[in-house]
Amino acid sequence: MQQTDRPIPAINEIEFQIMWNRLIAVVEEQAQALRRTAFSPIVRESGDLSAGFFHPDGRMIAQAVTGTPGHVNTMAASVRHFLARFPASSMKDGDVYITNDPWLGTGHLHDFVAVTPAFFAGSMVGLFASTCHFMDVGGIGFGPDGRDVFEEGFYVPPLKMIAEGKLDGTLITLARSNSRYPAEMEGDLMSLAACNAIGVGRLREMLGEFPLGDLTPLCDQIVSRSREAAIAAIAGLPTGTTTAEMVIDGYDKPVALVATTTISSDLVKVDFTGTSGLSARGINVPLSYAQAYSTYAIACALFPQVPNNSGSLSVVEVTAPEDTMVNAQRPAPVSSRHVIGQMLPDVVYGCLAQIVPDKVLAEGASSLWNLILEDAHDACLTQGIGQTARFSALSVQTGGTGARPNDDGLSATAFPSGVSGVPIEILETMTPLVFWRKELRPGSGGQGRFRGGLGQTIEIGHRDNHPFYIYAALDRIEHTARGRFGGAEGGAGYLGLKSGPRLRGKGKQLVPAGDTLVVQTPGGGGYGPAGERDSTRIEADRINQLEN
Amino acid sequence: MNAQMNRVSVDIGGTFTDVVLEIAGERSSTKVLTTKRAPEEAVLEGVESLLAQKGLSFADLDLFLHGTTLATNAIIERRGANTALVTTDGFRDTIEIGSESRHDQYDIFIKKPQPLVGRKHRFVIGERVAADGSVLKALPEDQVAELGKTLKTAGIESVAISFIHAYANPAHELKVREVLSAALPDVTFSLSCEVCPEVREYERTSTTVANAYIRPIMAGYLGRLKTELAQRGLRAPLLLMTSGGGLTTVDQAAAFPIRLVESGPAGGAILASKIAGDCGLKEIVSFDMGGTTAKLCLIDNGTPLKSRSFEVDRTERFLRGSGLPVRIPVIEMVEIGAGGGSIAQVDSLGRLTVGPESASSEPGPACYNRGGNRPTVTDADLVLGRIDATNFAGGKVGLRRDLGEKALGDHVGSPLSLESVVAASAVAAIVEENMSNASRVHAAEHGKDLRKRAMIAFGGAAPMHAAQLARKLGLEKVIVPIGAGVGSAIGFLEAPLAYEIVRSRHSRLADVNEGAIHDLILQMHAEAISVVEPAANGRPVEMRTSAFLRYVGQGHELEVDLPLDTSVNIDPTKLRQRFEEHYSAVFGRFLENHAIEILTWAVTATANQPLHDTVKEVRPTSAKPKPSGWTDFVDFDGKSVKAPVYLRAELGSGHSIAGPAVITESETNTVVPAHFEVAVDRLGHLELTNTAIGVAAAAE
Repeated sequence: MQQTDRPIPAINEIEFQIMWNRLIAVVEEQAQALRRTAFSPIVRESGDLSAGFFHPDGRMIAQAVTGTPGHVNTMAASVRHFLARFPASSMKDGDVYITNDPWLGTGHLHDFVAVTPAFFAGSMVGLFASTCHFMDVGGIGFGPDGRDVFEEGFYVPPLKMIAEGKLDGTLITLARSNSRYPAEMEGDLMSLAACNAIGVGRLREMLGEFPLGDLTPLCDQIVSRSREAAIAAIAGLPTGTTTAEMVIDGYDKPVALVATTTISSDLVKVDFTGTSGLSARGINVPLSYAQAYSTYAIACALFPQVPNNSGSLSVVEVTAPEDTMVNAQRPAPVSSRHVIGQMLPDVVYGCLAQIVPDKVLAEGASSLWNLILEDAHDACLTQGIGQTARFSALSVQTGGTGARPNDDGLSATAFPSGVSGVPIEILETMTPLVFWRKELRPGSGGQGRFRGGLGQTIEIGHRDNHPFYIYAALDRIEHTARGRFGGAEGGAGYLGLKSGPRLRGKGKQLVPAGDTLVVQTPGGGGYGPAGERDSTRIEADRINQLEN
Repeated sequence: MNAQMNRVSVDIGGTFTDVVLEIAGERSSTKVLTTKRAPEEAVLEGVESLLAQKGLSFADLDLFLHGTTLATNAIIERRGANTALVTTDGFRDTIEIGSESRHDQYDIFIKKPQPLVGRKHRFVIGERVAADGSVLKALPEDQVAELGKTLKTAGIESVAISFIHAYANPAHELKVREVLSAALPDVTFSLSCEVCPEVREYERTSTTVANAYIRPIMAGYLGRLKTELAQRGLRAPLLLMTSGGGLTTVDQAAAFPIRLVESGPAGGAILASKIAGDCGLKEIVSFDMGGTTAKLCLIDNGTPLKSRSFEVDRTERFLRGSGLPVRIPVIEMVEIGAGGGSIAQVDSLGRLTVGPESASSEPGPACYNRGGNRPTVTDADLVLGRIDATNFAGGKVGLRRDLGEKALGDHVGSPLSLESVVAASAVAAIVEENMSNASRVHAAEHGKDLRKRAMIAFGGAAPMHAAQLARKLGLEKVIVPIGAGVGSAIGFLEAPLAYEIVRSRHSRLADVNEGAIHDLILQMHAEAISVVEPAANGRPVEMRTSAFLRYVGQGHELEVDLPLDTSVNIDPTKLRQRFEEHYSAVFGRFLENHAIEILTWAVTATANQPLHDTVKEVRPTSAKPKPSGWTDFVDFDGKSVKAPVYLRAELGSGHSIAGPAVITESETNTVVPAHFEVAVDRLGHLELTNTAIGVAAAAE
C-alpha cells in the first residue's frame, strides 16, 4: 500500500450534516415508541403526539414530524418553563418532569408534557420532551362547556414524576384517582417516560460514536443554519404590512379573528389585535397554542424544507393583546382551544395571499371535526334503562381543505392538523355505536379554477337504541370557508338528528334513544374563478358524481 | 431425501428476468431481458437456454419456482382490469377517504394516492353486519340482482366485494358472489373475507380492491405459463414465491395475486436466512442494495421478521402513508430510496441530499456515458476507487471516471466548495448515514438491537457500502455471499412451501371463548393444510399457531406463539405469561393488572424444501492471492491510498486479505476498508471483519 500525495481536506461539513440527521432520527424513534405503547386511541390510531430534543438552555434542536403542529411548537416553549422551575443544574440522571398546565404545556389539560434530562459522561447534554393527548382528565369531560379551567379537569403543575429512576407513587395515585380511565392514565404517563428514555439511550450511543464532548457547537450550528435558511426564504419577499379578517361561529356568538402580518428582511410578525375578546366557555386559546399554529402556517407557505427548531421558529413572532380569544389568561376555560387555534392559518394566509398568492390555500374546514361521543348513563337512568354500556370515544373527522394554487383541495383531509382518522370498525369494536354512513359529500367543495376539498356525511346510531351524548366543538356551520381570488365558498357544516332537529355546533347534547346523529363536515373554498376550471376536471367530477 | 433434485428458479424483475438452474446441486444462471407484454416468453427463453447447456429438457425438472414483480408493476403503472367495488351502503368512499391525514406535514402541495377503482365504479348494497358478526340489516337480494345488470353494462372484468365487518361474518359477501357470478360468468370475484379477513375497513378494502385489480392479468399470465410449460413437457409442480417468504401453488397465486407483490425482495431475505444458517449465525441483518432502493431486513434464528401490512406504489419519496395499503403477510423490511442510481444534489439550505430520485438504467449514472449528467452513488463509488472500471458488468460497460467526476464537481463540489473526490466521499457518507438511520428506526420499531448482528450483503451496490454501514451500526462482521447478483432467484430455491391464514376475532383474554377459538383454529389448520399438502409431495407439513395480543386500550399488537398441541384448548393464563415476557423484552417492562385483549389468530402450514446439499465447499488454496491491479482508493476517513484489486474468482477458501482492498466480480465489487480483514470461508462467501471492534472486545 502506498500513500498518494493528494491531500484530502477534513469533511467537517459532512459530519455536521450526518449528526443533524442522526438527531432527527433519534426523535423519530422516540415518537414511534410513544405511538406503539400509548393507550389513548387518538394517540395510537391518529398520531396526536410529539417528541423533540432540546439543548440544556431550552432551545429546541430537533423534533419528530408528527401530526400535531399545535403540540410541537408549544412544547418548544414548555421546556423553557420547566427549566425556569427546575434549573438544569438541579436535574439528575433518571429524572422525569411532567405537567398538563395549559399555559405551560400545549393549551389544554388533556395533554401532558414529559421532560427527561439526558446525561452523558456525568454531565447533562440536553433534554428530551414528549407530549400526547390523554383519554380523560376528569372534570366535565373533553368539551367546550367549562366556565373556567377548574371545571375542565385535574391539574398537574410542573412536578417531578420520577426522581433518579424512582417513581413518585403519590403523584400516580392522584392522577389515577382523578381520571374516569385510571389504567389508561397511568399507562400513558409511563409511555411518555419510556419514549423519552429511548431518546436518551440513542443520544448516548450517538455521543459514543461521535466524540463531541459538548453538543453546544452542533446545536448552535443547527439553529443558526436553520435560521439563515428561513431568513433567506423571506428575504426575497416584498416587505410591508397586510391585514385579514375571518369570522367564525364561536360558542354562542360569532368570533372575529383579525391578523396583521408584517414582513421585514429577517422577521415575519403576526399580531392578532382586533380579534374578539374572551369567550364565556372553553374555546379560548392560550397564546402559545395560537403562536404554534400561526408559525406552522408561515413555515408551510414560506420555508417548508427547513426543519422545525428554535432557529427556524425565531424568524416568526406572534403577538396578541391579553384577554383576546387567542391570548386567554388563567383561569379562562380552554379545553376546546383547537376549534379556534386551528382556524388561525386561514387568517394568516389571508394576509400572505396578498403577498405570495401562489403559496397559500383557500380557507378550508380547518378545525378537526372531533366527535366526542359518550354513554348517557344518567339519561338512561332517568328513562328507566337500567344498564347501558360505558364508553368514551374520540372519533376524529375531517372536512375538505381549501383549494390550492395548482390543484383541487384535498377531500376529507386534516389541515392544519395532520392527524389520522380512527377506523369505524375499531370504534364499533370499542363502543356500542354504529356508523351507518361515512362518505364524501358531493357538492361541498367550493367551486373555482381549482375546487375546494369535499367534506363528509356521517351518520351514527346506538346499537341498543340507547341515548348517548355528543360533546360538540364544531365550527363553520354558520360561517363557511371562503374561496380566494374568485373561488366560491365551501359547503357549510351541519350537526343534527335524523328525526329532524338541528343541534348546536358547541356543547354537550343528547342524541335521544333510537335517533341517529347526522354530521356533515364542511367543504373547502375554491381558488380562482369557476369559469376557468379545466374541462377534464369538470368531466371527472360529473362522472364520479361529486357535484351536487 | 433426494439430494439430486433438478430445480429451476425464475425471478421476473422490471428490467431483467433472472434464471437459476440447479442440477444435482450444481448451479448455473442467466439474465434475459424481461418481455413485458408476454412475460412468459423471457421465462421460457431463459430456462430453455440453461437446460440446453446441460442437455436436459423440461421433463427432467423436479420443481419449478417462480417470483415476479409483475403484480406490483401492474399497480404502479395502473394497467389492471376494469374493476368494480361492491361495498356497504354508506361506505362508497372508504378507499378514497383513506386515513384522512397528510404524508408530508409541511408540504401543502402533496398528492394523495389515487384509489385503483374510481367512484363511478364503486357500488353500494343496503346491508349491514355489526362488529360481533350479527346482522343489523339483511342483504337485499333484489338490489344485488339489479347490480348484476349494471356491472354487465359497464363491462366490468373483475369485482371486489368488501362489506363492513365481513371478517366477523362473511355470509353477505359469499351470497353476493353467488348471485353475481351466475349473472356474470366471465368475471372474477375477490372477497374481503377471503383476501384479507381482518378488522380496519380501509386497509381490508384497499387490499381486496388491489387483488381484484391485478387478478385477471396475473391469472391470465400464470395460466399461459402453465400451459406453455406443460406443452414443453414440464411435469414438476410450479410454485410461486409470496411476499411472506413462502411458496404457494399456481391456483392460489392466481386467486390471490396480491400475495405476490414483494416476492423478489422476499427471495433475498430467504437467501440471507439460508446463509445465516450455513454460517451458524443466530441474528443477522440482511442488506440488499440495487439500482433504486436499499432493503434491510432483520433475521433471527433463520426466520425473517414478518409483518401483515405494506404499502404499494408510494407516490412521493417513499414516504410512509403515500402509498396504497395492503394487508398481507410480508417479510418485514425497511425500503428506502438509496441505490446505485440515486441522485445526489444540494438543496436550498446547502444540505447535500442523496436519493430517492434515481437515474435508473436510462440515462443511468453519469459515468455510464449514456447522457446522464447528474451525479449518482455509482459515480461516487467509481471516483472513490471502489469499482474496478475495467471489469464492470464483466467488462461489457465501459465506465468513464472523468464524467462521474465532472458531474460530482458540477452538482455537489461547486455549491459546497469541495473538490470532486471530497464530494464523492460526502455522497457516499450521506447515503450510508441514510441507510443506517433507517435501520436503527426500523430495529427500534421492532424492539431489536442491531449491534450483535452480522450483516449479509447482496445486490449490485450493497457490497461497496456494507463495511461502512456495518461500522456505523457497530456490527463486527459482514458476509458477501456467492451469487450475490442473482440473490432473489437463489433465495426462491431455499423458500419453504408455506401458507398463512389470519382471522380477526376480538375478545378480552379473560373472556375468550376457548371452545369457539379451538374450533376456529382447527378450521384454519385444515384450510392451510389443504393448500400446502397437495404440493408437498409427501413431505411432512409443520404447523404454527399464534395470536396477536395487546393491553386493552393500546393500538399495536405483539405476536405470541401458541403451543403446537391442537388437541387441547388454549390456556389464557399461559398466554398472558407469554405476552408479558414478550412485552418486557420489547418495551423494557410489562404493566401489572392491565387487561389484555386478543385481536387476531394466525396459522401457518409449512413444508420445508427437501434437504439437499447445496452447501458446496470451496477448495482451500495455499498460494497467496495476487492482486490483479491497483486502484486509487479513498477510504472512509477520506485518506487516499493505492489499494490492491483481487478477482473474486481467483480467491480460494482460507485466503485472507487485510484492507484496504477491493474484490471484484462481474456483478459487484466488495470494498474492504482499512481496519477490516476479509477471509474466504469454506463455502466461498467473503467474510469481512472489523478488526477494530475485535480488538476492543478482546480487551474487555
